[in-house]
Amino acid sequence: MKIAVCVKQVPSSEARVQLAADGKSVALADAEMVVNPYDEFAVEEALRIKEARGGGEVIVVSVGPESAQAEVRKCLAMGADRGIVVQDPALLGGDGLSTARILAAVLAELQPDLVLCGKLTIDVESDLVAVGLAELLGLPHAALVTHIEWTGERTLRARREIEGGREVVELGLPALISVEKGINEPRYASLKGIMAAKRKPIEVARPDLPAERVGPGAAGVRVVAVAPPPERTGGRKFAGEAEVIVSQVVELLRSEAKVL
Amino acid sequence: MARRILVFAEQREGRLRKSALEAAGLGRQLGGEVHALIVAEKAAPAAEQLAACGLARIHTVEDPRLALYWNEGYLAALDQAVETLQPDLVLLSATAMGRDLAAGLAARRGMPLMSSCISLREAEGSFEAVKSMYGGKVFATLRAVRTPAVATLRPGAFPAAPAADGRPSTEPLAVDLPAEVRARTVGLEKQAEGQIDVQEAEVVVSGGRGLKEPANFALVERLATVLGGAVGASRAAVDAGWIDHGHQVGQTGKTISPKLYIAVGISGAIQHLAGMRTAKCIVAINKDPDAPIFAAADYGLVGDLFKIVPRLAEEIEKAKS
Repeated sequence: MKIAVCVKQVPSSEARVQLAADGKSVALADAEMVVNPYDEFAVEEALRIKEARGGGEVIVVSVGPESAQAEVRKCLAMGADRGIVVQDPALLGGDGLSTARILAAVLAELQPDLVLCGKLTIDVESDLVAVGLAELLGLPHAALVTHIEWTGERTLRARREIEGGREVVELGLPALISVEKGINEPRYASLKGIMAAKRKPIEVARPDLPAERVGPGAAGVRVVAVAPPPERTGGRKFAGEAEVIVSQVVELLRSEAKVL
Repeated sequence: MARRILVFAEQREGRLRKSALEAAGLGRQLGGEVHALIVAEKAAPAAEQLAACGLARIHTVEDPRLALYWNEGYLAALDQAVETLQPDLVLLSATAMGRDLAAGLAARRGMPLMSSCISLREAEGSFEAVKSMYGGKVFATLRAVRTPAVATLRPGAFPAAPAADGRPSTEPLAVDLPAEVRARTVGLEKQAEGQIDVQEAEVVVSGGRGLKEPANFALVERLATVLGGAVGASRAAVDAGWIDHGHQVGQTGKTISPKLYIAVGISGAIQHLAGMRTAKCIVAINKDPDAPIFAAADYGLVGDLFKIVPRLAEEIEKAKS
Protein backbone atom coordinates (compact mmCIF):
# COMPACT_ATOMS: atom_id res chain seq x y z
CA MET A 1 0.00 0.00 0.00
CA LYS A 2 1.22 3.44 -0.91
CA ILE A 3 0.53 6.00 1.83
CA ALA A 4 1.16 9.72 1.33
CA VAL A 5 1.41 11.93 4.41
CA CYS A 6 1.22 15.71 4.11
CA VAL A 7 3.41 17.54 6.61
CA LYS A 8 4.23 21.15 7.31
CA GLN A 9 7.04 22.89 9.12
CA VAL A 10 5.63 25.11 11.89
CA PRO A 11 6.96 26.93 14.98
CA SER A 12 6.72 24.75 18.08
CA SER A 13 3.77 25.26 20.39
CA GLU A 14 6.18 26.51 23.06
CA ALA A 15 7.63 29.17 20.74
CA ARG A 16 6.98 32.82 21.43
CA VAL A 17 5.58 34.40 18.30
CA GLN A 18 6.76 37.95 17.58
CA LEU A 19 4.90 40.37 15.37
CA ALA A 20 6.88 41.57 12.36
CA ALA A 21 7.51 45.27 11.70
CA ASP A 22 5.09 45.33 8.74
CA GLY A 23 2.16 44.68 11.10
CA LYS A 24 0.86 41.97 8.78
CA SER A 25 3.05 38.99 9.53
CA VAL A 26 4.96 37.29 12.30
CA ALA A 27 8.69 37.01 12.80
CA LEU A 28 9.75 33.41 13.29
CA ALA A 29 13.52 33.77 12.97
CA ASP A 30 14.25 32.58 16.51
CA ALA A 31 11.40 30.12 16.87
CA GLU A 32 12.14 26.43 17.15
CA MET A 33 10.60 24.74 14.11
CA VAL A 34 8.93 21.36 14.30
CA VAL A 35 6.75 19.02 12.28
CA ASN A 36 3.17 20.22 12.78
CA PRO A 37 2.06 18.04 15.72
CA TYR A 38 -1.08 16.78 13.98
CA ASP A 39 0.99 15.84 10.92
CA GLU A 40 3.31 13.91 13.21
CA PHE A 41 0.33 11.83 14.33
CA ALA A 42 -0.41 11.21 10.64
CA VAL A 43 3.16 10.03 9.99
CA GLU A 44 3.01 7.71 12.99
CA GLU A 45 -0.32 6.26 11.84
CA ALA A 46 1.10 5.66 8.35
CA LEU A 47 4.11 3.84 9.80
CA ARG A 48 1.87 1.68 11.99
CA ILE A 49 -0.27 0.72 8.99
CA LYS A 50 2.82 -0.20 7.00
CA GLU A 51 4.25 -2.22 9.89
CA ALA A 52 0.99 -4.05 10.54
CA ARG A 53 0.86 -5.09 6.89
CA GLY A 54 4.50 -5.98 6.69
CA GLY A 55 5.06 -3.79 3.65
CA GLY A 56 4.15 -0.76 1.64
CA GLU A 57 5.59 2.69 1.17
CA VAL A 58 5.21 5.86 3.24
CA ILE A 59 5.88 9.06 1.31
CA VAL A 60 6.05 12.40 3.09
CA VAL A 61 4.94 15.42 1.05
CA SER A 62 5.59 18.99 2.14
CA VAL A 63 5.04 22.48 0.75
CA GLY A 64 7.27 25.13 2.26
CA PRO A 65 10.60 26.92 2.17
CA GLU A 66 13.82 24.99 1.58
CA SER A 67 14.40 24.86 5.34
CA ALA A 68 11.30 22.67 5.64
CA GLN A 69 13.36 19.78 4.30
CA ALA A 70 14.64 19.46 7.88
CA GLU A 71 11.11 18.52 9.00
CA VAL A 72 10.72 16.06 6.14
CA ARG A 73 14.03 14.51 7.21
CA LYS A 74 12.63 14.12 10.76
CA CYS A 75 9.73 12.11 9.33
CA LEU A 76 12.17 9.96 7.37
CA ALA A 77 14.06 9.38 10.61
CA MET A 78 10.82 8.16 12.19
CA GLY A 79 10.67 5.59 9.40
CA ALA A 80 9.03 7.11 6.31
CA ASP A 81 10.58 5.91 3.07
CA ARG A 82 10.99 9.05 1.02
CA GLY A 83 10.06 12.68 0.76
CA ILE A 84 8.70 15.04 -1.86
CA VAL A 85 8.97 18.79 -1.31
CA VAL A 86 7.62 21.76 -3.21
CA GLN A 87 9.76 24.79 -2.43
CA ASP A 88 9.49 27.00 -5.50
CA PRO A 89 9.12 30.53 -4.04
CA ALA A 90 6.72 31.46 -6.85
CA LEU A 91 4.27 28.83 -5.57
CA LEU A 92 4.58 29.62 -1.86
CA GLY A 93 2.93 32.36 0.17
CA GLY A 94 -0.63 31.72 -0.96
CA ASP A 95 -3.58 30.78 1.23
CA GLY A 96 -4.81 27.37 2.34
CA LEU A 97 -6.55 26.74 -0.97
CA SER A 98 -3.31 27.44 -2.80
CA THR A 99 -1.49 24.87 -0.63
CA ALA A 100 -4.25 22.33 -1.22
CA ARG A 101 -3.93 22.83 -4.99
CA ILE A 102 -0.16 22.31 -4.89
CA LEU A 103 -0.52 19.15 -2.82
CA ALA A 104 -3.28 17.94 -5.13
CA ALA A 105 -1.00 18.35 -8.14
CA VAL A 106 1.75 16.28 -6.46
CA LEU A 107 -0.63 13.61 -5.18
CA ALA A 108 -2.50 13.27 -8.47
CA GLU A 109 0.77 12.09 -9.95
CA LEU A 110 1.69 9.90 -6.97
CA GLN A 111 -1.69 8.07 -6.90
CA PRO A 112 -1.49 6.90 -3.26
CA ASP A 113 -3.98 4.41 -1.82
CA LEU A 114 -4.31 6.48 1.33
CA VAL A 115 -3.61 10.13 2.10
CA LEU A 116 -3.09 11.07 5.73
CA CYS A 117 -3.05 14.69 6.92
CA GLY A 118 -3.05 16.45 10.27
CA LYS A 119 -6.44 18.01 10.97
CA LEU A 120 -4.95 21.52 11.06
CA THR A 121 -1.61 23.27 11.16
CA ILE A 122 -0.95 25.06 14.42
CA ASP A 123 0.54 28.12 12.73
CA VAL A 124 -2.01 29.90 10.51
CA GLU A 125 -4.83 27.42 11.18
CA SER A 126 -6.43 27.92 7.78
CA ASP A 127 -8.50 24.77 8.32
CA LEU A 128 -8.85 24.18 4.60
CA VAL A 129 -6.01 21.98 3.41
CA ALA A 130 -6.91 18.44 4.53
CA VAL A 131 -10.59 18.37 3.56
CA GLY A 132 -10.01 20.71 0.61
CA LEU A 133 -7.38 18.32 -0.69
CA ALA A 134 -9.84 15.41 -0.54
CA GLU A 135 -12.29 17.50 -2.52
CA LEU A 136 -9.70 18.46 -5.16
CA LEU A 137 -8.58 14.84 -5.52
CA GLY A 138 -12.16 13.55 -5.61
CA LEU A 139 -11.44 11.23 -2.68
CA PRO A 140 -13.87 10.24 0.05
CA HIS A 141 -12.65 11.42 3.42
CA ALA A 142 -13.10 11.44 7.16
CA ALA A 143 -11.75 14.36 9.18
CA LEU A 144 -10.75 14.73 12.85
CA VAL A 145 -10.14 11.01 13.17
CA THR A 146 -8.94 9.59 16.50
CA HIS A 147 -9.13 5.90 15.64
CA ILE A 148 -8.78 3.78 12.51
CA GLU A 149 -9.91 0.18 12.46
CA TRP A 150 -9.25 -1.86 9.32
CA THR A 151 -12.27 -3.93 8.40
CA GLY A 152 -10.67 -5.37 5.27
CA GLU A 153 -7.63 -5.01 3.02
CA ARG A 154 -9.02 -1.76 1.58
CA THR A 155 -11.88 -0.83 3.89
CA LEU A 156 -11.75 0.96 7.21
CA ARG A 157 -13.88 2.25 10.02
CA ALA A 158 -12.85 5.65 11.37
CA ARG A 159 -13.95 7.31 14.58
CA ARG A 160 -14.00 11.08 14.28
CA GLU A 161 -14.29 13.53 17.12
CA ILE A 162 -17.40 15.70 17.04
CA GLU A 163 -19.01 17.92 19.68
CA GLY A 164 -20.27 15.71 22.44
CA GLY A 165 -19.07 12.40 21.07
CA ARG A 166 -17.69 10.46 18.13
CA GLU A 167 -18.99 9.69 14.69
CA VAL A 168 -18.23 6.27 13.22
CA VAL A 169 -17.57 6.48 9.48
CA GLU A 170 -16.91 3.63 7.05
CA LEU A 171 -15.03 4.14 3.84
CA GLY A 172 -12.91 2.35 1.29
CA LEU A 173 -9.61 3.17 -0.39
CA PRO A 174 -8.46 5.32 -2.01
CA ALA A 175 -9.37 7.84 0.67
CA LEU A 176 -8.08 10.75 2.72
CA ILE A 177 -8.08 10.79 6.51
CA SER A 178 -7.29 13.84 8.63
CA VAL A 179 -6.15 12.92 12.10
CA GLU A 180 -6.81 14.46 15.49
CA LYS A 181 -4.70 14.23 18.63
CA GLY A 182 -5.40 11.01 20.52
CA ILE A 183 -5.03 8.68 17.54
CA ASN A 184 -1.57 7.52 18.63
CA GLU A 185 1.61 8.47 20.45
CA PRO A 186 4.28 9.34 17.86
CA ARG A 187 7.59 7.52 18.25
CA TYR A 188 10.91 9.22 18.74
CA ALA A 189 13.37 8.69 15.93
CA SER A 190 16.05 6.20 16.90
CA LEU A 191 19.71 6.91 16.28
CA LYS A 192 19.62 4.21 13.61
CA GLY A 193 16.58 5.91 12.07
CA ILE A 194 18.35 9.26 12.04
CA MET A 195 21.38 7.74 10.32
CA ALA A 196 19.22 5.90 7.79
CA ALA A 197 17.24 9.07 7.03
CA LYS A 198 20.38 10.77 5.74
CA ARG A 199 20.43 8.37 2.81
CA LYS A 200 16.72 8.47 2.05
CA PRO A 201 15.74 10.46 -1.01
CA ILE A 202 13.95 13.83 -0.92
CA GLU A 203 12.74 14.84 -4.33
CA VAL A 204 12.07 18.47 -5.22
CA ALA A 205 8.85 18.57 -7.24
CA ARG A 206 7.91 21.47 -9.49
CA PRO A 207 4.24 21.12 -10.30
CA ASP A 208 3.25 23.22 -13.26
CA LEU A 209 0.52 25.44 -11.87
CA PRO A 210 -0.53 28.83 -13.21
CA ALA A 211 -0.03 31.92 -11.02
CA GLU A 212 -3.75 32.63 -11.04
CA ARG A 213 -4.32 29.31 -9.21
CA VAL A 214 -1.54 29.28 -6.62
CA GLY A 215 0.86 31.57 -4.79
CA PRO A 216 0.41 35.01 -3.28
CA GLY A 217 -1.33 36.50 -6.31
CA ALA A 218 -4.03 33.85 -6.22
CA ALA A 219 -4.79 34.11 -2.52
CA GLY A 220 -8.48 34.61 -1.81
CA VAL A 221 -7.70 35.51 1.77
CA ARG A 222 -5.09 38.04 2.76
CA VAL A 223 -3.82 38.93 6.20
CA VAL A 224 -4.27 42.70 6.55
CA ALA A 225 -3.15 43.04 10.17
CA VAL A 226 -1.78 41.03 13.04
CA ALA A 227 -1.97 42.00 16.68
CA PRO A 228 -1.06 40.49 20.00
CA PRO A 229 -3.99 38.89 21.79
CA PRO A 230 -5.95 41.27 24.00
CA GLU A 231 -4.03 41.77 27.24
CA ARG A 232 -5.69 40.55 30.37
CA THR A 233 -5.40 42.95 33.25
CA GLY A 234 -6.67 43.42 36.76
CA GLY A 235 -5.50 40.07 38.02
CA ARG A 236 -6.15 40.07 41.75
CA LYS A 237 -4.62 37.40 43.92
CA PHE A 238 -6.09 36.10 47.13
CA ALA A 239 -4.07 34.15 49.67
CA GLY A 240 -4.97 32.93 53.13
CA GLU A 241 -7.51 30.61 54.70
CA ALA A 242 -9.44 28.65 52.06
CA GLU A 243 -12.86 29.55 53.54
CA VAL A 244 -12.06 33.25 53.59
CA ILE A 245 -10.63 33.61 50.10
CA VAL A 246 -13.30 31.40 48.56
CA SER A 247 -16.04 33.58 50.08
CA GLN A 248 -14.35 36.72 48.78
CA VAL A 249 -13.99 35.36 45.25
CA VAL A 250 -17.52 33.92 45.09
CA GLU A 251 -18.87 37.31 46.12
CA LEU A 252 -16.82 39.02 43.38
CA LEU A 253 -17.90 36.48 40.78
CA ARG A 254 -21.48 37.35 41.65
CA SER A 255 -21.38 41.10 42.14
CA GLU A 256 -18.43 42.25 40.02
CA ALA A 257 -17.91 39.73 37.22
CA LYS A 258 -21.61 38.77 37.21
CA VAL A 259 -20.93 35.25 36.03
CA LEU A 260 -22.81 33.31 38.69
CA MET B 1 -28.39 44.56 -5.54
CA ALA B 2 -28.94 43.87 -1.88
CA ARG B 3 -26.38 41.76 -0.17
CA ARG B 4 -27.35 38.16 0.35
CA ILE B 5 -26.03 35.92 3.12
CA LEU B 6 -26.56 32.19 3.37
CA VAL B 7 -26.41 30.63 6.83
CA PHE B 8 -25.81 26.89 6.99
CA ALA B 9 -28.04 26.12 9.98
CA GLU B 10 -26.47 23.06 11.51
CA GLN B 11 -28.72 20.48 13.12
CA ARG B 12 -28.00 17.13 14.63
CA GLU B 13 -30.72 14.54 15.21
CA GLY B 14 -33.30 17.14 14.25
CA ARG B 15 -32.15 19.69 16.81
CA LEU B 16 -30.77 23.01 15.71
CA ARG B 17 -27.40 23.74 17.27
CA LYS B 18 -27.01 26.84 19.39
CA SER B 19 -24.14 27.94 17.16
CA ALA B 20 -26.56 28.04 14.21
CA LEU B 21 -28.45 30.81 16.00
CA GLU B 22 -25.15 32.64 16.42
CA ALA B 23 -24.49 32.42 12.68
CA ALA B 24 -28.02 33.67 12.01
CA GLY B 25 -27.38 36.52 14.46
CA LEU B 26 -24.25 37.61 12.62
CA GLY B 27 -26.07 37.39 9.31
CA ARG B 28 -28.76 39.74 10.56
CA GLN B 29 -26.25 42.10 12.08
CA LEU B 30 -24.38 42.35 8.76
CA GLY B 31 -27.67 43.22 7.10
CA GLY B 32 -29.17 42.41 3.74
CA GLU B 33 -31.19 39.38 2.82
CA VAL B 34 -30.37 36.49 5.13
CA HIS B 35 -31.26 32.99 4.00
CA ALA B 36 -30.80 29.79 5.94
CA LEU B 37 -30.23 26.25 4.70
CA ILE B 38 -31.22 23.22 6.76
CA VAL B 39 -29.97 19.85 5.58
CA ALA B 40 -31.58 16.97 7.47
CA GLU B 41 -33.70 13.86 7.28
CA LYS B 42 -36.60 16.00 8.53
CA ALA B 43 -36.01 19.74 8.65
CA ALA B 44 -39.22 20.88 10.33
CA PRO B 45 -38.07 20.89 13.99
CA ALA B 46 -34.94 22.90 13.19
CA ALA B 47 -36.89 25.21 10.87
CA GLU B 48 -39.34 25.85 13.67
CA GLN B 49 -36.52 26.91 16.01
CA LEU B 50 -35.04 29.14 13.34
CA ALA B 51 -38.33 30.77 12.35
CA ALA B 52 -38.17 33.47 15.03
CA CYS B 53 -34.73 34.71 13.99
CA GLY B 54 -35.83 37.34 11.51
CA LEU B 55 -34.49 35.62 8.40
CA ALA B 56 -35.72 36.24 4.85
CA ARG B 57 -36.19 32.59 3.92
CA ILE B 58 -35.44 29.08 5.09
CA HIS B 59 -34.48 26.47 2.51
CA THR B 60 -34.62 22.81 3.34
CA VAL B 61 -33.02 19.74 1.85
CA GLU B 62 -34.50 16.51 3.22
CA ASP B 63 -33.53 12.93 2.52
CA PRO B 64 -33.40 9.77 4.65
CA ARG B 65 -29.69 9.48 3.80
CA LEU B 66 -29.12 12.81 5.58
CA ALA B 67 -30.21 11.55 9.02
CA LEU B 68 -26.58 11.26 10.10
CA TYR B 69 -23.83 13.49 8.75
CA TRP B 70 -22.80 12.37 5.27
CA ASN B 71 -20.07 14.71 4.14
CA GLU B 72 -20.49 14.35 0.38
CA GLY B 73 -24.28 14.54 0.56
CA TYR B 74 -24.32 17.57 2.82
CA LEU B 75 -21.70 19.29 0.68
CA ALA B 76 -23.69 18.61 -2.49
CA ALA B 77 -26.74 20.23 -0.88
CA LEU B 78 -24.78 23.27 0.30
CA ASP B 79 -22.95 23.65 -3.01
CA GLN B 80 -26.20 23.58 -4.97
CA ALA B 81 -27.83 26.03 -2.56
CA VAL B 82 -24.93 28.40 -3.21
CA GLU B 83 -25.35 27.90 -6.95
CA THR B 84 -29.08 28.64 -6.77
CA LEU B 85 -29.04 31.50 -4.28
CA GLN B 86 -25.76 33.18 -5.28
CA PRO B 87 -24.97 34.58 -1.82
CA ASP B 88 -22.12 37.01 -1.17
CA LEU B 89 -21.22 35.25 2.05
CA VAL B 90 -21.79 31.75 3.42
CA LEU B 91 -21.70 31.40 7.20
CA LEU B 92 -21.17 28.13 9.07
CA SER B 93 -20.20 27.25 12.63
CA ALA B 94 -16.62 26.18 13.32
CA THR B 95 -17.84 22.78 14.45
CA ALA B 96 -16.78 19.34 13.23
CA MET B 97 -19.54 19.54 10.61
CA GLY B 98 -19.21 23.22 9.69
CA ARG B 99 -15.45 23.08 9.29
CA ASP B 100 -15.71 20.01 7.08
CA LEU B 101 -18.30 21.60 4.80
CA ALA B 102 -16.59 24.99 4.65
CA ALA B 103 -13.29 23.48 3.51
CA GLY B 104 -15.03 21.32 0.92
CA LEU B 105 -17.11 24.21 -0.40
CA ALA B 106 -14.12 26.57 -0.60
CA ALA B 107 -12.09 23.98 -2.52
CA ARG B 108 -14.96 23.04 -4.84
CA ARG B 109 -15.89 26.60 -5.76
CA GLY B 110 -12.55 28.36 -5.27
CA MET B 111 -14.06 30.57 -2.58
CA PRO B 112 -11.96 32.40 0.02
CA LEU B 113 -12.31 30.73 3.44
CA MET B 114 -11.98 32.58 6.73
CA SER B 115 -12.03 29.97 9.48
CA SER B 116 -12.88 30.05 13.19
CA CYS B 117 -13.67 33.77 13.11
CA ILE B 118 -14.22 35.60 16.39
CA SER B 119 -15.53 38.74 14.68
CA LEU B 120 -16.56 39.55 11.13
CA ARG B 121 -17.60 42.74 9.36
CA GLU B 122 -18.05 44.26 5.95
CA ALA B 123 -14.97 45.96 4.51
CA GLU B 124 -14.44 47.59 1.14
CA GLY B 125 -17.15 45.66 -0.62
CA SER B 126 -15.99 42.39 0.88
CA PHE B 127 -15.60 40.93 4.35
CA GLU B 128 -12.97 41.14 7.02
CA ALA B 129 -12.66 38.79 9.98
CA VAL B 130 -10.51 38.41 13.05
CA LYS B 131 -9.28 35.00 14.02
CA SER B 132 -6.66 33.63 16.33
CA MET B 133 -3.53 32.10 14.84
CA TYR B 134 -0.60 30.27 16.38
CA GLY B 135 -2.98 28.82 18.92
CA GLY B 136 -4.12 32.21 20.18
CA LYS B 137 -0.72 33.90 20.37
CA VAL B 138 -1.64 36.21 17.49
CA PHE B 139 -4.92 37.77 16.41
CA ALA B 140 -4.99 38.22 12.65
CA THR B 141 -7.37 40.30 10.59
CA LEU B 142 -8.12 38.50 7.33
CA ARG B 143 -9.77 39.96 4.29
CA ALA B 144 -11.56 37.98 1.64
CA VAL B 145 -10.26 39.54 -1.57
CA ARG B 146 -13.33 38.51 -3.51
CA THR B 147 -16.86 37.39 -2.94
CA PRO B 148 -18.60 35.07 -2.55
CA ALA B 149 -16.64 34.12 0.55
CA VAL B 150 -17.17 31.49 3.20
CA ALA B 151 -16.58 31.84 6.93
CA THR B 152 -16.78 29.54 9.93
CA LEU B 153 -17.58 31.13 13.29
CA ARG B 154 -16.09 30.06 16.59
CA PRO B 155 -18.96 28.81 18.78
CA GLY B 156 -19.71 31.23 21.60
CA ALA B 157 -17.97 34.19 19.98
CA PHE B 158 -21.14 35.74 18.50
CA PRO B 159 -24.46 36.50 20.20
CA ALA B 160 -27.44 34.41 19.14
CA ALA B 161 -29.98 36.09 16.86
CA PRO B 162 -32.56 37.98 18.90
CA ALA B 163 -36.20 37.11 18.34
CA ALA B 164 -37.90 39.08 15.58
CA ASP B 165 -41.42 39.52 14.29
CA GLY B 166 -42.54 37.92 11.08
CA ARG B 167 -41.94 34.39 10.01
CA PRO B 168 -39.87 33.50 6.96
CA SER B 169 -41.27 31.16 4.39
CA THR B 170 -39.79 27.67 4.42
CA GLU B 171 -39.21 26.13 1.04
CA PRO B 172 -37.75 22.83 -0.06
CA LEU B 173 -34.74 23.17 -2.31
CA ALA B 174 -34.35 20.60 -5.07
CA VAL B 175 -30.85 19.20 -5.20
CA ASP B 176 -29.15 16.16 -6.69
CA LEU B 177 -27.46 14.13 -4.00
CA PRO B 178 -24.60 11.83 -5.02
CA ALA B 179 -25.88 8.39 -6.00
CA GLU B 180 -23.20 6.63 -3.99
CA VAL B 181 -22.38 7.05 -0.30
CA ARG B 182 -18.60 6.65 -0.22
CA ALA B 183 -17.98 7.73 3.39
CA ARG B 184 -20.90 6.44 5.41
CA THR B 185 -21.60 7.43 8.99
CA VAL B 186 -22.78 4.23 10.61
CA GLY B 187 -23.19 5.41 14.17
CA LEU B 188 -22.71 7.95 16.91
CA GLU B 189 -20.93 7.28 20.16
CA LYS B 190 -22.15 9.91 22.56
CA GLN B 191 -20.44 11.22 25.64
CA ALA B 192 -21.94 10.11 28.91
CA GLU B 193 -25.32 11.67 29.66
CA GLY B 194 -25.04 15.13 31.16
CA GLN B 195 -21.51 15.79 29.90
CA ILE B 196 -21.15 19.09 28.15
CA ASP B 197 -18.66 19.73 25.35
CA VAL B 198 -15.79 22.06 26.23
CA GLN B 199 -16.16 23.99 23.00
CA GLU B 200 -19.79 24.86 23.55
CA ALA B 201 -19.97 25.34 27.32
CA GLU B 202 -20.50 28.73 28.96
CA VAL B 203 -18.49 27.58 31.96
CA VAL B 204 -15.38 25.42 31.78
CA VAL B 205 -13.51 24.04 34.78
CA SER B 206 -10.11 22.60 33.83
CA GLY B 207 -7.71 20.43 35.77
CA GLY B 208 -3.95 20.07 35.43
CA ARG B 209 -1.02 18.28 36.95
CA GLY B 210 -1.67 19.95 40.29
CA LEU B 211 -4.47 17.40 40.78
CA LYS B 212 -1.68 14.86 41.38
CA GLU B 213 -3.67 11.85 40.20
CA PRO B 214 -6.47 11.09 37.74
CA ALA B 215 -9.00 10.18 40.45
CA ASN B 216 -8.85 13.78 41.68
CA PHE B 217 -10.53 14.95 38.48
CA ALA B 218 -13.66 14.17 40.51
CA LEU B 219 -13.11 17.52 42.29
CA VAL B 220 -13.07 19.33 38.95
CA GLU B 221 -16.13 17.41 37.76
CA ARG B 222 -18.04 18.29 40.91
CA LEU B 223 -17.30 22.01 40.49
CA ALA B 224 -18.23 21.84 36.80
CA THR B 225 -21.51 20.13 37.66
CA VAL B 226 -22.41 22.77 40.23
CA LEU B 227 -21.78 25.45 37.60
CA GLY B 228 -23.55 23.54 34.82
CA GLY B 229 -20.29 23.60 32.90
CA ALA B 230 -17.86 21.34 31.09
CA VAL B 231 -14.66 19.67 32.25
CA GLY B 232 -11.46 20.80 30.56
CA ALA B 233 -7.85 19.76 31.02
CA SER B 234 -4.31 20.95 30.45
CA ARG B 235 -2.07 19.22 27.94
CA ALA B 236 0.01 17.82 30.80
CA ALA B 237 -3.04 16.08 32.25
CA VAL B 238 -4.04 14.70 28.83
CA ASP B 239 -0.52 13.54 27.96
CA ALA B 240 -0.30 11.80 31.34
CA GLY B 241 -3.36 9.82 30.28
CA TRP B 242 -5.56 11.17 33.09
CA ILE B 243 -8.35 12.32 30.79
CA ASP B 244 -9.37 12.03 27.15
CA HIS B 245 -7.93 14.48 24.60
CA GLY B 246 -11.41 15.79 23.79
CA HIS B 247 -11.15 17.79 27.02
CA GLN B 248 -7.83 19.48 26.25
CA VAL B 249 -7.75 23.27 26.21
CA GLY B 250 -4.82 24.93 24.44
CA GLN B 251 -2.94 25.03 21.18
CA THR B 252 -3.20 21.31 20.38
CA GLY B 253 -6.64 21.12 21.96
CA LYS B 254 -9.62 23.44 21.95
CA THR B 255 -9.47 27.22 21.75
CA ILE B 256 -12.44 28.43 23.70
CA SER B 257 -14.27 31.61 24.78
CA PRO B 258 -16.51 30.66 27.73
CA LYS B 259 -18.13 33.14 30.08
CA LEU B 260 -16.24 31.70 33.04
CA TYR B 261 -13.04 29.64 32.99
CA ILE B 262 -11.65 28.08 36.15
CA ALA B 263 -8.12 26.65 36.02
CA VAL B 264 -7.41 24.15 38.78
CA GLY B 265 -3.80 23.15 39.39
CA ILE B 266 -2.70 24.43 35.99
CA SER B 267 0.55 26.40 35.87
CA GLY B 268 -0.33 28.23 32.65
CA ALA B 269 2.05 27.19 29.87
CA ILE B 270 1.97 29.56 26.89
CA GLN B 271 0.14 26.99 24.75
CA HIS B 272 -2.56 26.63 27.43
CA LEU B 273 -3.05 30.38 27.87
CA ALA B 274 -3.41 30.62 24.11
CA GLY B 275 -6.45 28.38 24.25
CA MET B 276 -8.45 30.16 26.96
CA ARG B 277 -7.36 33.76 27.17
CA THR B 278 -10.48 35.04 25.43
CA ALA B 279 -12.69 33.74 28.24
CA LYS B 280 -14.71 36.58 29.71
CA CYS B 281 -13.71 35.80 33.29
CA ILE B 282 -10.81 33.63 34.43
CA VAL B 283 -10.31 32.17 37.89
CA ALA B 284 -7.08 30.35 38.74
CA ILE B 285 -6.34 28.10 41.70
CA ASN B 286 -2.71 27.15 42.27
CA LYS B 287 -0.39 26.69 45.19
CA ASP B 288 2.51 28.46 43.45
CA PRO B 289 1.99 32.25 43.76
CA ASP B 290 4.35 32.77 40.80
CA ALA B 291 2.51 30.44 38.39
CA PRO B 292 2.07 32.21 35.02
CA ILE B 293 -1.66 31.39 35.06
CA PHE B 294 -2.16 34.15 37.64
CA ALA B 295 -1.04 36.81 35.14
CA ALA B 296 -4.01 35.84 32.94
CA ALA B 297 -6.54 35.39 35.74
CA ASP B 298 -9.06 37.96 36.91
CA TYR B 299 -9.20 36.24 40.27
CA GLY B 300 -6.37 34.10 41.53
CA LEU B 301 -6.62 31.90 44.59
CA VAL B 302 -3.22 30.97 45.98
CA GLY B 303 -3.36 27.86 48.09
CA ASP B 304 -4.18 24.18 48.37
CA LEU B 305 -6.61 23.23 45.64
CA PHE B 306 -7.75 20.21 47.66
CA LYS B 307 -9.14 22.63 50.23
CA ILE B 308 -10.20 25.43 47.90
CA VAL B 309 -12.05 23.51 45.16
CA PRO B 310 -14.53 21.59 47.36
CA ARG B 311 -15.19 24.79 49.30
CA LEU B 312 -15.73 26.71 46.08
CA ALA B 313 -18.24 24.11 44.86
CA GLU B 314 -20.09 24.35 48.15
CA GLU B 315 -20.22 28.16 48.20
CA ILE B 316 -21.28 28.41 44.58
CA GLU B 317 -24.01 25.86 45.14
CA LYS B 318 -25.23 27.99 48.05
CA ALA B 319 -24.97 31.21 46.06
CA LYS B 320 -26.99 29.67 43.22
CA SER B 321 -29.80 28.32 45.38
